[in-house]
Amino acid sequence: MTSTNYDPRVLKALHPVPGAPDNWKRFFTFNTDAKVIGIQYIALALFFLLVGGLLAMVMRGELITPPADLVDPTVYNGLYTMHGTVMLFLFLFPILNGFNNLLIPTMIGAPDMAFPKVNAAAFWIVPVFGVVLLASFFVPGGPASAGWWSYPPVSIQNPLGHFINGEFLWILAVALSGVSSIMGAVNFVTTIIRMRAPGMGFFRMPVFVWTAWAAQTLQLIGLPALTGGAIMLLFDLSFGTSFFRPEGGGDPVLYQHFFWFYSHPAVYVMVLPVFGIFSELITVYSRKPLFGYKFVALASFVITFLGLIVWVHHMFYSGTPQWMRNIFIVTTMLIAVPTGVKVFAWLGTLWGGKIRLTTPMLFVLGGLVNFILGGITGIMLGTAPVDIHVGNTYFVVAHFHYVIFNTIGFGIFAGIYHWFPKFTGRMYYEGLGKVHFLLTFIGATLNWLPLHWAGLYGMPRRVASYDPEFAIWNVVASIGAFMVGVAAIPFILNIVSSWARGAKAPPNPWNAIGLEWLLPSPPPAENFEDDVPTVISAPYGYGLGQPLVEDEEYYVRRALEA
Amino acid sequence: MTTTNPDLQLNHRPGHIKHDGHNLTGFIIFLCSESIIFLAFFSGFALLKITAPEWLPEGVEGLETRLPLINTVVLVSSSFVAYFAERYLHKENLWGFRALWLLTMAMGTYFVYGQYVEWSELPFSLSSGVFGGTFYLLTGFHGLHVITGILLMSLMLYRSFLPNNYAKGEMGVTAVSLFWHFVDVIWIILYILIYVWQRTT
Ligand code: HEM
Ligand SMILES: [Cu+2]
Repeated sequence: MTSTNYDPRVLKALHPVPGAPDNWKRFFTFNTDAKVIGIQYIALALFFLLVGGLLAMVMRGELITPPADLVDPTVYNGLYTMHGTVMLFLFLFPILNGFNNLLIPTMIGAPDMAFPKVNAAAFWIVPVFGVVLLASFFVPGGPASAGWWSYPPVSIQNPLGHFINGEFLWILAVALSGVSSIMGAVNFVTTIIRMRAPGMGFFRMPVFVWTAWAAQTLQLIGLPALTGGAIMLLFDLSFGTSFFRPEGGGDPVLYQHFFWFYSHPAVYVMVLPVFGIFSELITVYSRKPLFGYKFVALASFVITFLGLIVWVHHMFYSGTPQWMRNIFIVTTMLIAVPTGVKVFAWLGTLWGGKIRLTTPMLFVLGGLVNFILGGITGIMLGTAPVDIHVGNTYFVVAHFHYVIFNTIGFGIFAGIYHWFPKFTGRMYYEGLGKVHFLLTFIGATLNWLPLHWAGLYGMPRRVASYDPEFAIWNVVASIGAFMVGVAAIPFILNIVSSWARGAKAPPNPWNAIGLEWLLPSPPPAENFEDDVPTVISAPYGYGLGQPLVEDEEYYVRRALEA
Repeated sequence: MTTTNPDLQLNHRPGHIKHDGHNLTGFIIFLCSESIIFLAFFSGFALLKITAPEWLPEGVEGLETRLPLINTVVLVSSSFVAYFAERYLHKENLWGFRALWLLTMAMGTYFVYGQYVEWSELPFSLSSGVFGGTFYLLTGFHGLHVITGILLMSLMLYRSFLPNNYAKGEMGVTAVSLFWHFVDVIWIILYILIYVWQRTT
């Protein structure tokens, strides 16, 4: 019997499909294939990680000595503002949307996103606002310098009086980023709700899909509030209104509410998918089912809900009344519960598992350890009496970098290594990967662990010069930061050389369970097309011996033959 | 390829996933999200209105309510017209649909015109304190939505003349009239917040 009888797709796959790895030009076009868009997002985001990282290196270079000698304080203000903005809006959000694009359709068996054109448009907005944001370095007065949160009244000063100034471009970029994110979120949520494989009920979805869904729900609810605040800020800056100007009856604290109503949830938009990545990887690399799968899945939406009612913990020192503080201390403590559920589920999964210490697993374990530390300092900061003392010190900077780089960043690296073979069709080099991990882990620890102490002793953040008593912590931190910077070299080397000439990847190099691993590496343009597997069991059946889908063997062979 | 076990192929049932037809789901999700912007503006407005030391700018006594009331009545009734237009479409009465749809558009246009007249007669501007700022921001942002709605409706009207396009009803019409009802509800809240609720100090 020949294959044509049952599967024209196998024949089709022999021809160069649009998903063929060597056709690199398509990455520079308006391509509507989610897998192409996913790689576009990730590549662009990694570029901006380098940009943001470069700004960080200049800052750490400045901070290695107490006086402001490398750059002057005004420049430094621009540096941290742009560093924070680039990292969040041009590195983290885009790279996570890259993961969503690659993983959501393949994990649920969908051929593509629900709205492929909207998807492509959402991507192409990113380089546009990237250029807008970076252009602000070249306008008179320099880039926005009010910090990534852009609080008025600082942010609505316009001393030079130019209509187009750094802050104006900053708001424009953030607004465009919002438009892109909303387009993405509508797409992801619709795809998850409407385009799952037959048999894939909600409680058969991989945790990554759950977390992506929970995170994108937060985008849909939170982002419009930020957009509202940003529009009002723009009017105050450029059109003479006084929403946030006390002179005209406005209220600067109102802006803080708008900002944090989104930007606290934004933290969960970023961390939830990483929880998903942790759940996927820990099960594969310890070969056990996810401990408490349903609770882990549901905890994502508990986090979504609670994440929306904790924002005032960022405003404890903004003159908030005591009753308001009390409420938000309690909600903040509550959010530790679903988060704790997840952490214990991972530990329970690791317990007694056959752990394989590959590069992605190392990044997961490193990230998990860091997350526990970042979580503890988070609980400390969520307590108003502590926060009022250490708010706006390096303790905060250390806390959020522990979460944002040492956890989220690590999870992203783990995800890149883990799914690299799947979507590029090539194996990465394990040795280089381990070098990358070691440098990053040691560097990041040296960088941010000491800064906790600097903060507790009172070193303020957002300053270019500081009291010499803090010098020792800062020297160590800068050395660590440079190590993290150097770690980019093995990473880039690995990605570039293995994509160009690494060993060809089989469909399922890690022996993982999941629909994406039943596809060839890289998957063809429409994934399973019109031959989607029917899911018959819950995910992560490691060691249970039950197939995930009907006719599993058929799909396995089909992927091998492609 | 020859290695594939024939038994596996014979019993195989390929599954299917619908490629398209998700537009309405997507649009509803988008509308929910869009409503949050208004929620943000409304709560900001309410907070400022309650807490601002001075509310009305100098020389302003309050807002004229007669013209806005007429506008409100027109806009709210246009929602019902749109509803009946949609009903005609489901009954495959294309001309009935077109006529009522056009009427909805006309009422929407009247609303925008009324808004323009009101704006041009007001004694305060965007920069007249938080009062002026919030007034123009809220009504302007809502007005933009009305205009968007009218444009979307004309698109649907145009599409109804393409051969066979509306033979089985049209999802786009459902989406646009949903949008129109949304814009309507927003206006009612806005009208209550801005015009009905008076703060005179
Ligand atoms: C190589 C890694 C990094 C280094 C060495 C680094 C260093 C720094 C430094 C020195 C500051 C200024 C602190 C202050 O003066 O208050 C800062 C702020 C910040 N960083 Fe990083 N950072 C790194 C990675 C990241 C990443 C990956 C993210 C997010 C994805 C991030 C987000 C932020 C944010 C949001 C701020 C606050 C900006 C502001 O104060 O407005 N950083 N970072
Ligand atoms: Cu927070």
